[in-house]
Amino acid sequence: MQQFPCPWCGLRAENEFRYVGDAGVPRPARAASDAEWAHYLYFRTNSKGAARELWIHSTGCGRWFELDRDTATHDVAATRPMVP
Amino acid sequence: MTGPRRLPEGGEIDRRQPLEFSFDGISYRGFAGDTLASALLANGVRIVGRSFKYHRPRGILSAGPEEPNAILDLRHGPRHDPNARATMELLADGMALRSVHARGTAARDRLAFLDRFARFIPAAFYYKTFMWPHWRLYEDRIRAMAGLGQLDPASSAHSAAHHHHDTDLCVIGAGPAGLAAALAGVRQGRRVLLVDEGTALGGSLLARAAEIDGRAGRDWAADCQRQLSDGGARVLTQATAIGLYDHLSAVVVEKGVAASANGERIHLIRAKQMVIATGAIERPMLFANNDLPGVMLAGAALTYLRRYAVRAGAEAVIATNNDSAYELAVALRAAGSAVRIIDARPERELPAWQRDRIRVSGATLHAGVTVAAALGRNVVEGVRLSDGTQFPADLVAQTGGWTPSLHLYCHAKGRPLWNAEEGAFLPGTDLPGIAVIGAASGAWALDRALQQATLSVGGNAGDASKASAPDERWTARPLAASQAQSGKARIWVDLQNDVTSKDIALAARENFVSVEHLKRYTTLGMATDQGKTSNINGLAVLSAETGRDIGAIGVTTFRPPYVPVSMASVSGLERGELQVPIRRLAAENVHRQEGAQFRDYGGTLRPAWYGADRTVVAQECLAARNEVVVMDASSLGKIEVIGPAAAALLDFVYYTPMSGLKPGRLRYGLSLTETGLVADDGVVLRLAPENFVVSCSSSHVAAMVAQFEAWRQDHFDLDSVFVHDATPHWATMAISGPKAKAVMASLGLGIDLDDGKLPHMAAAAGRFAGRPARVARVSFTGERSYEISVPAGLAADLWGQARAAGAKPLGIEALNILRAEKGYIYVGQDTDGETMPQDLGMTGPRDKRQEAYVGDRSLFTPAAQATGRKQLVGLAASGRDPLPAGANAIAISAGRKHSLGYVTSSYVSPVLGGPIALALIEDGLSRMGETLSFEHLGQVSEGRIVPTCFLDPEGARLHV
Repeated sequence: MQQFPCPWCGLRAENEFRYVGDAGVPRPARAASDAEWAHYLYFRTNSKGAARELWIHSTGCGRWFELDRDTATHDVAATRPMVP
Repeated sequence: MTGPRRLPEGGEIDRRQPLEFSFDGISYRGFAGDTLASALLANGVRIVGRSFKYHRPRGILSAGPEEPNAILDLRHGPRHDPNARATMELLADGMALRSVHARGTAARDRLAFLDRFARFIPAAFYYKTFMWPHWRLYEDRIRAMAGLGQLDPASSAHSAAHHHHDTDLCVIGAGPAGLAAALAGVRQGRRVLLVDEGTALGGSLLARAAEIDGRAGRDWAADCQRQLSDGGARVLTQATAIGLYDHLSAVVVEKGVAASANGERIHLIRAKQMVIATGAIERPMLFANNDLPGVMLAGAALTYLRRYAVRAGAEAVIATNNDSAYELAVALRAAGSAVRIIDARPERELPAWQRDRIRVSGATLHAGVTVAAALGRNVVEGVRLSDGTQFPADLVAQTGGWTPSLHLYCHAKGRPLWNAEEGAFLPGTDLPGIAVIGAASGAWALDRALQQATLSVGGNAGDASKASAPDERWTARPLAASQAQSGKARIWVDLQNDVTSKDIALAARENFVSVEHLKRYTTLGMATDQGKTSNINGLAVLSAETGRDIGAIGVTTFRPPYVPVSMASVSGLERGELQVPIRRLAAENVHRQEGAQFRDYGGTLRPAWYGADRTVVAQECLAARNEVVVMDASSLGKIEVIGPAAAALLDFVYYTPMSGLKPGRLRYGLSLTETGLVADDGVVLRLAPENFVVSCSSSHVAAMVAQFEAWRQDHFDLDSVFVHDATPHWATMAISGPKAKAVMASLGLGIDLDDGKLPHMAAAAGRFAGRPARVARVSFTGERSYEISVPAGLAADLWGQARAAGAKPLGIEALNILRAEKGYIYVGQDTDGETMPQDLGMTGPRDKRQEAYVGDRSLFTPAAQATGRKQLVGLAASGRDPLPAGANAIAISAGRKHSLGYVTSSYVSPVLGGPIALALIEDGLSRMGETLSFEHLGQVSEGRIVPTCFLDPEGARLHV
């Protein structure tokens, strides 16, 4: 089981967290084209290696945060609060 | 002495504690301390099972977790293990053992004839043969002939709760290296957890002669155990690490746990450092008929002799290519057996001192030859050497070198590298926080292993224990001949899955030369032993067939679990309501007294109806329409959204805008997913300008809270709005019906019930039993309704007073009918994974709203604007019977039937006296009045498309 450093609660077991998806996917305005909106909803790189992810500390503080993680080695590089 | 092969003295067994057990219906005796395997061997039981494919007789091969043959059905009290490994299970009084893979008994298997057809059933025979017309026709009978033990559905021994450990140092394996590492850890003041799969600490020291720090190896191990215990280390025995996982975590299965009905407990371990000291597993040699009962690993024969005082043979042949079997030769000789040792190495390569001690012991040494074949029909009766000579034998003890146990290292993504000199895969890359020591790392010499162990945990080399052990060479290149050389001989590589060297040659011939293809084509290493004794030999055969080096061939991926683990242990306490707890109403006991039948509605146990059977549902419906009813609506969500930005958050999350709502008023609305689908419907109450209560569907509360939190954290200043789920804090009773106002008046809530002051979709604050009460005029029945919310502890009192005032109880099944009569939807039942608000006829916000809200853009994609979308409509059945829920509306185009949609809800309405239904139908809103055919399980009926509201479309009854 992996361990993630919650920016507020410190190092906790993976099963306290819920994965959201890629970080850094801005929500387009209503004027966005169909293609832009489809990319926002569905298109992800699914990279093997370095990834910037959003997680929720769901059974802890409930906060969303960003996690830099290697999807191949499961090494955690950095963690930071999500800024609205 | 119990059993013909038990020595009169010696071993770890307790001869004062005899134990009775049976195998295949025959009674035997063993002693406390015996494993199932040692007890069977002591009793002279040689055939313990039948092979997987050919039903050949098989005996005990090993004394450890690598055992491929001795897998037994074990019954003991409530416990039933259909695949108990005889080498790892301690004997207990009254155990009933059976062979698992024989028709009849292991000794007399009615399927033994299969072996005579062996040359017609090579690798992949079943795949190739039973293809026509379909594998499915044959599968059941073939699977019944193969396979292992059978689960007994009547047996359901649970497992105890998992234990979690957080420690500084976790050492896996308590052989000399593991003990030294654990001890060095304790001496540094670290928290240490030591686990070992055996019943005692010491590993190889328990069976082999060694001297450490001037003491016998066994005594040194016992002393280590004392020091570990004094130093506060936690030690688990009979505990096998089955997997090494991310971020230095491990899972261990402990056996022999008295507190657990199935005898097992799972431990989840997190450590700052992991030390893998799992030792090495002996390799069998490859010779013809090497699967005969009586052919055993040499290390196992030594273990049975020294630890269990069982002499595995009186006339022993020892086949070796390294020094590790010489101790067995001397020991068996001392126990009175005749011994021949057959060493594949030429005489000049043998250490002089080994030759000397063989000569002194009275055993016979044959150097430079190998065992070519084991002889015998059902059990081993002799051997034939490569030079053609033959000897009688009742035991062939073999060692083909040793394979370091790198399973755990590989689980942690370590990469093993082939070392041709050592004839073994050794750790190739360092893993942070993980040390591999002792024989597992290729440190065969005891002294070196002890040094390495101390250093691996940061100890001083000078503090390491010193061993004096003979300089032995344990490693050897695996010996394998190509099929061209071995001819017709049947040489078993994987005993558990019945894979021979011929099968591997066949795979190579058919170009399955990648090691992963070889594995899947021949099933080599795919049995429950995971190929612990067969993988390297399999690679050696493939290497001989293809001319490629083993290092170039590589190994298959190791995956947990290292040994089989029962699913009961995996689930631990997580079963039934402990896994999925059901929510319960505060007033559950009162409903039970009223005769309620309970059902699980979306995770909450709620009254379905009040009475013996569901015929009362119609009476409950009529009471709601004609008189007054009370329903427990406590499970409906009560999510508080509070703060200066509360209205803005609600506007963003809801499709229906909420910021225009006046304090004290309620509004029905939909929330969407970002893909534009209807996620939930609910009623929002604005208590004050910055204080809202969201009443969502009972089963959507957690999802709605998550939705609010997601957008709150993504879009808002976190200090400007808060979301709080107060659902369990409040009990809610809904009073509904033409006489609802009279019941409300008698409750004395201190609220002005005048319809001018408290109209439909308005709320008021009052008091009940001295505590705050909230009343909201909102209706899910279409009748005049009041929802009263009080602190949850008052649920029973409020229910009782409402009943005393004349309200009759209403269950969920009646409510389902009442809401369908009004065309009120259940999201998830009357909507599906394509339903958008315009499909429900709710187009207002889509047409008018300019500001952003969840799902907004999705409502304007080409798919969202296309014709042919399924829209919610009502259905009037042509007959007296309701249309079946799920029935498809059928259209015929180009001679083919296709579905136009389906019935989502269907009931017989007591008040209307006939069937009603809701359905999602393609372009349904523009098909009003059309009659469609509905088909369900071959039955066809007709329904006419009508508006969704069947009763009181003007809503007059809300104000009666």
